[in-house]
Amino acid sequence: MSFQQQIRNIFVGGIAIAVTAFMFSGCSSNKSKIGNDNAAEQVYVPPGKHDTFYSFLSGGWTGNISVYGLPSGRHLYTIPVFSQDPTDGYGYTEETKALFNTSHGFIPWGDTHHPEFSKTNGIDDGRWLFVNDNNTPRIARVNLKTFRTDEILELPNTAGNHASPFTSSNTEYLTAITRFSIPMSKPLGNGRDVPIASYKKNFKSTASFVKVNPHNGEMKLDFQIMVPPFDYDLGRFGLGPSKDWVFFTDYNSEEAHTMLEINASQKDKDFVLAINWKKVAEIAHEGKGQIVNATYDHNLVDPKTDVAKTEVLHKVRVLKPSDLKGLMFFMPAPKSPHGINVTPSGEFIAEGGKLSTVIPVQSFAKMETAIQKNDTTGSISGIPILNYKDVTAHEVKNVGLGPLHNDFDGKGYAYATAFISSEIVKWNIKTGKVVDRHATYYSPGHLSIPGGDSRKPWGHYLLALNKITKDRYLPTGPEMFAGEQLFDISGNKLKLLLDFPVEGEPHYAQEIPASIIDTGQVKYFKLEDNHNPYVTRKEKDAKVVRNGHRVDIYMTAIRSHFMPDNIEGIKMGDTVYIHVTNIEQEWDIPHGFALMGMRNAGMLIMPGETRSVKWEPRQVGVFPFYCTDFCSALHQEMQGYIRVSPANSNVKIVYGTNKDLK
Amino acid sequence: MTLLGWGCSSSSSKSEAGNQESQSENVQKASDGLTSFQLKNGIGPITQEVKVGPLDQKLVSKGEDLFENKCSSCHKIGQRYVGPDLKEVTSRRTPTYIMNMMMNPEGMIQKHPVAHKLLEKFATPMANMHVTKDQARAIVEYFRSVNPNTQK
Repeated sequence: MSFQQQIRNIFVGGIAIAVTAFMFSGCSSNKSKIGNDNAAEQVYVPPGKHDTFYSFLSGGWTGNISVYGLPSGRHLYTIPVFSQDPTDGYGYTEETKALFNTSHGFIPWGDTHHPEFSKTNGIDDGRWLFVNDNNTPRIARVNLKTFRTDEILELPNTAGNHASPFTSSNTEYLTAITRFSIPMSKPLGNGRDVPIASYKKNFKSTASFVKVNPHNGEMKLDFQIMVPPFDYDLGRFGLGPSKDWVFFTDYNSEEAHTMLEINASQKDKDFVLAINWKKVAEIAHEGKGQIVNATYDHNLVDPKTDVAKTEVLHKVRVLKPSDLKGLMFFMPAPKSPHGINVTPSGEFIAEGGKLSTVIPVQSFAKMETAIQKNDTTGSISGIPILNYKDVTAHEVKNVGLGPLHNDFDGKGYAYATAFISSEIVKWNIKTGKVVDRHATYYSPGHLSIPGGDSRKPWGHYLLALNKITKDRYLPTGPEMFAGEQLFDISGNKLKLLLDFPVEGEPHYAQEIPASIIDTGQVKYFKLEDNHNPYVTRKEKDAKVVRNGHRVDIYMTAIRSHFMPDNIEGIKMGDTVYIHVTNIEQEWDIPHGFALMGMRNAGMLIMPGETRSVKWEPRQVGVFPFYCTDFCSALHQEMQGYIRVSPANSNVKIVYGTNKDLK
Repeated sequence: MTLLGWGCSSSSSKSEAGNQESQSENVQKASDGLTSFQLKNGIGPITQEVKVGPLDQKLVSKGEDLFENKCSSCHKIGQRYVGPDLKEVTSRRTPTYIMNMMMNPEGMIQKHPVAHKLLEKFATPMANMHVTKDQARAIVEYFRSVNPNTQK
């Protein structure tokens, strides 16, 4: 053995010893970090078996919703919502483009934060899932029979749509309140073009109430309320005895407009804003307030044609606090509170103190008493401020650092995330005493318990939505998926079961028993119910139609051929619309459509549906197209050609399949 | 997505090309477990033999319309297309068999030896177009009308 070899062997051996030592110390010193002994059994879902819960996670900056199964943590699907998806054509096809319209123009992206189930009697009913765009204020509605986005409503007179879209007990209303106050047009403000430093004088906020049609889920901006220019952070409707009220946290009651990190953290207390939405709605419907001009888009998929259309709206009803005496109150809360949650009984309201070391728990009954006694300590913009001690049931102490959010197990306990100290803290709702805690890896934002924000938590699991991933998975460069952690909360102690990575940066999640969703799923669209204006229901009707420089190709797809699959007569300068109808009537037999040189997107067409894509050829030639979704043993044969000729050529439109072109 | 369907679903109709051994084994198993009614009349929702009488022209034209809408992408009368030529199908199979094949193509391809053999030849599995019993009966009448062997 040469000297060099000896040296190398010593080094390799030394590294091996060091690594082994590290591994052992890693495992033995912190057992809870790697879960419990029987955790594998509890999260194992055998091949062919289904998870017991669906978990819907906002994707944060992906603009979408990600669907996972629990307890396995398996990624089941991604629902495109605010972000275009060139892989299936969502937001590119003629049928879906209009969903992205806003008063600012076409916006291809969004920032989803809070998925929220529709509710019946305060219980998640699994009909629809609503989700906000924080960036350009919008609310989307996902149909949980198809896992598709059916509607997107823009909200005017607001910015930073963060405390949204929480639902009232019977989904009468969704919330939306301003996080980033802005100057507003007259008559609400003094115009939109003002110095930023005139914040206190000119900047405004609104609380929006979006009415939901109980039959089809359609949304309508019913009314807005002017509120002081704070940063409103999160909100919840009451439940049970408090169901007629809605509660919002705010920070920046300092009304800072720059370096909020310091300037919005000056005061010892900020507020919870409580609004009696039920009575405000009655007053609004009596005609109180003012109808003001505002331009905003309402994008809706027509249930008959399956084509999204935009309606530009121009009016909204706005009420002022002076219209609403006795219906709006501020409750002080320590300091820059973040999350706000109402207990399943509806008796208590708990915030995440964020910059405070306690979780304040307000009593709804105490709030009502204080209102009756008219026991206030002043007012802001005509909204009375109640006394902190009059409304507070208790402060939960020893909750760790940076408490952000609570959720409930339905057995009398709340679970809170502590962001800075990276832990989940379990506390007794009635006594306010901490009874258990468990480290998380790392820095949880929200947590979510199945049904944990409703009157009937299903409980059993708790999902910690961690903001920092670091070393939990194999590294993937500087960026990595977010890390979720699943806990078993069926016993007295939190038990860590599973880590699983998720796409984007989920802010909040909603879980629901699988049986509520899985039985009503649409598996294919009935061809006879397809009323898309460009449907081709049978091959005989397939055709190519020229109208000036516009050419419409009406095409069918079935295993495994297109009709027509040979097309000639397209010319440079033409605008071609390719309308593909998948005439299959079987579950999970989509066909894809891809055309060489297509600049916008590919398409996936589900059984029984029609999807249309616009193509403006830039080159003369013959361009192959094919099916991108493996459909049968002869999938590779599912292809065709389109010929593009010079603008001045006299090639006639001809087309066909398996015969001479006609 | 489709691949998942192939892999997971034991009731799926498809066998992978090239896997001859398991295919012939399936055929063996399939014919073993079938009743003589099933061998003659197929496996599916029609469990009583369907009797036909003199050609019903009204039913023929209803069936022709349905055939054009739901079947003609893959079947032609008088020529092989994606699937077999159906001009004389009523000479080869009973009306009940044809109806079960239309209403339960996945089950037929998987369990019936004759249907399974056809998949080996044509490779593309017959699509389920969700025809009702009445619709299937009308399409059978149309097949009878195009078959020169039918007594008219």
